[in-house]
Amino acid sequence: MTVELAPPPATGPSDASAAAVEVRGLSITVAQPDGTRRAIVENISFAVPRGEVLALIGESGSGKTTIALALMGFSRFGATIAADCLRVGDMDIAAMGQSALRGVRGSRIAYIAQSAAAAFNPSRTILSQVIEPLLVHGLAGREEARARAVALFRSLALPSPETIGDRYPHQVSGGQLQRLMAAMALITGPELVILDEPTTALDVTTQVEVLRAFKAAIAESGATAVYVSHDLAVVTQVSEHIVVLQNGRMVEQGDSARILTAPQSEYTRTLLAAARPAIRPTADAALDKVLTVDSIHAGYGRIVRGMPATPILADVGFTVRRGSTLGVIGESGSGKSTLARVIAGLLPAASGEVLLEGQPLPRAMAQRSREQLRRIQLVFQNADTALNPAQTVRDIIARPLAFYHGLKGAAAHARVDELLDLIRLPRALADRRSTELSGGQKQRVNLARALAAEPDVLLCDEVTSALDTVVGAAILDLIDELRRELGIATVFISHDISTVRAFCDEILVLYAGRAVERCPKAAFDGHSHHPYTRLLIDSVPDMDPTWLATRAAAAGPALAVSAIAPELCRFLPRCPVAIGGLCDSNPPPLHVDDGRAILCHRAGGPGDASR
Amino acid sequence: MSGALAMRVRNMRLSGRIGLALVLFWLVLAVGGPALAPHPVGAFIDQEVFSGPGRTFWLGSDYLGRDVLSRVLWGSRYTVFLALGAALLAVLGGTSLALFSAIRGGWTDEILARAMDTLNSMPSKIFALVLVAAFGSSLTLLLLIAAFIYIPGNYRIARALAINLVAMDFVQVARARGEGAFHIARYEVLPNMIHPLLADTGLRFVFVVLLLSGLSFLGLGVQPPYADLGSLVRENISGLPMAAPAIIVPALAIASLTVGANLLIDALKPGGKA
Repeated sequence: MTVELAPPPATGPSDASAAAVEVRGLSITVAQPDGTRRAIVENISFAVPRGEVLALIGESGSGKTTIALALMGFSRFGATIAADCLRVGDMDIAAMGQSALRGVRGSRIAYIAQSAAAAFNPSRTILSQVIEPLLVHGLAGREEARARAVALFRSLALPSPETIGDRYPHQVSGGQLQRLMAAMALITGPELVILDEPTTALDVTTQVEVLRAFKAAIAESGATAVYVSHDLAVVTQVSEHIVVLQNGRMVEQGDSARILTAPQSEYTRTLLAAARPAIRPTADAALDKVLTVDSIHAGYGRIVRGMPATPILADVGFTVRRGSTLGVIGESGSGKSTLARVIAGLLPAASGEVLLEGQPLPRAMAQRSREQLRRIQLVFQNADTALNPAQTVRDIIARPLAFYHGLKGAAAHARVDELLDLIRLPRALADRRSTELSGGQKQRVNLARALAAEPDVLLCDEVTSALDTVVGAAILDLIDELRRELGIATVFISHDISTVRAFCDEILVLYAGRAVERCPKAAFDGHSHHPYTRLLIDSVPDMDPTWLATRAAAAGPALAVSAIAPELCRFLPRCPVAIGGLCDSNPPPLHVDDGRAILCHRAGGPGDASR
Repeated sequence: MSGALAMRVRNMRLSGRIGLALVLFWLVLAVGGPALAPHPVGAFIDQEVFSGPGRTFWLGSDYLGRDVLSRVLWGSRYTVFLALGAALLAVLGGTSLALFSAIRGGWTDEILARAMDTLNSMPSKIFALVLVAAFGSSLTLLLLIAAFIYIPGNYRIARALAINLVAMDFVQVARARGEGAFHIARYEVLPNMIHPLLADTGLRFVFVVLLLSGLSFLGLGVQPPYADLGSLVRENISGLPMAAPAIIVPALAIASLTVGANLLIDALKPGGKA
């Protein structure tokens, strides 16, 4: 790892003494079973001027969280921190004892964790938890603490700041909870705030709002911040400086703008490339429709007159041709995974049909023949749980071979080897258990198991979401190549519109269980879209530091809608361009022209204002 | 295979190795005990009762003047094999029902689980007494009764494990593939619960030893002149004031067998091994 480090321009040694945070020669080691010590983080040096934001960026295992925690003098069990200099303000963190550190944590150095849902105690009100740092450190009385919390709620743009604190954590949304956690961290007026992937678990549309609130609140409080993330585009919006990490070593550091425009190390360039997925060419459109889904209604609970007690999907339909890919996109809760389960038969549809090469399939899996099951294969989102930890890779891949094709013994052995070659895993891995594989390798095995059935339709449910960007991009390349070679029709489910846009031939946008737009890739750019699609596109951060500032604050609901009737447009409460007297009284019409379909009053007509 | 086994023993904690040694010791005695015994099981060979250890009778004599060493060597056979057999039967029955119940789900699961809870709520000793009173006390019946009594306990644990596993994605994958219930139970679910199940088998073994000893102590277990370790304790109870080896030795035998089995079980748990 001998990468030439760029001289840190604004953070050079000359003004390092003025920096609020200074780290020099930081190493963190863990004891190994044989008694030696292994460095998980080595020789890290950076400085952050007062009031500025530094981003630590890297893939999982790069040591970014470990470094961030070291700034609070905290190391996980068995790890030891050593540094030439580890200074926050006037405190020498490396030299402080446990009790001194306890006095500093939560008061002068604050930490915002990735999952607010896991960080809040569900049995206490939000306010009592937000003001806790003040009370614990004896910095304010209850009344004053309350007033400060409300002021913070207001500056974080939380709704009804006076009363939101009286609610319990489950009574607010994920994005609001994340902002409330920021309030908890900022309430003591800390010198340093550490944000550890605070928006990673959020939907893309929510992420924008949270980022904006964080940025404003940090600027207002004047705190210095360290922002940990794997997402370059997000980091670009909030930070002035970037440190790129790989395997616990610094690869590059410098100004955000410089890193983005003129990256010096190969690794940074790879990261940048993976964050901007290359548009793949559209598949040659074969004519035969392999999979047709026709006005599916599905949900959970008892089915009464064709409608389930808890409806999830309403009137969803599409076709996929041989060798082509349909991208299904939507926020969490939009019914994406339910759609995959309905097609696979795991969840029988309440009404509507799934047709395979024109032949209707029985709705429930139990009624489908083995051959019908073979032809539609579902690749689960999380390879960690989708692979049986008690079986070897060979067992896992050989089972569909035996089950669908009757392959046994040497023939099966040879075929497993072929499949491993196909997904580019070394054959030597065949006798390992899945728990001994990395995340990307697991996902490849997961894919190989589906391919072993030789399916006509492959359903990929968020297969790259749990993976690092670079690893995920490799999996995407693989799927793309295989479906072209093997002529498999693919349904690719994702929440990430840039991936879907680059990867799929046709895009289906789901909102609250309804298909609001269907559009071929060729027609995606430069056309008008459903307002929700527009919102999704606009919410993906650009690699441009000014993006967050220039993006207009999402318009609030144009129409005050309390509860919408099921036949009305479901996006109405959030729609910035809703037409009063039309959208809140008539169901949205379906506009269809040259292969595109949009479910909106605005679409098609002269009043098309969805741009 | 034997290399891997040796490896595991070497990696075991000291307590686990002690447990293994104790269990092996009792297994060997159970198999070879009668052959090693210097006297027949029911022979009266001493004029004195409750005599102490001596050159002719290493562990003294019992309340009828029989050789304690021979009695214990014979007795260990009943205790070890009855308990082992009953424990294995209980786990086989309980786990099979649990897998069936967890994979079927719905009403099948509900009815089975409640039925097992009902059985579980009966005190095992009383339940055993009722069953022995109803069906008599042959060795086969003792084995079946002990197994039957511990099926609900094992079912409870196995079902809790299986229900969690059945909800995992890899079981969903198998279902989506069209696999039958047997394949899912045998190849997807069972291998992932084998460690806790082994631990449970060991526990059941200890429970059965104690239950049989208790039954024998009450005179309802193995019938004279044969005796398991529990009956040896009971029949020599009058030797207690004299601290006769006739009562101390079988009591120690039960203790060392159960403690040894427990130590071994603890070392077998996935968390316990190196």
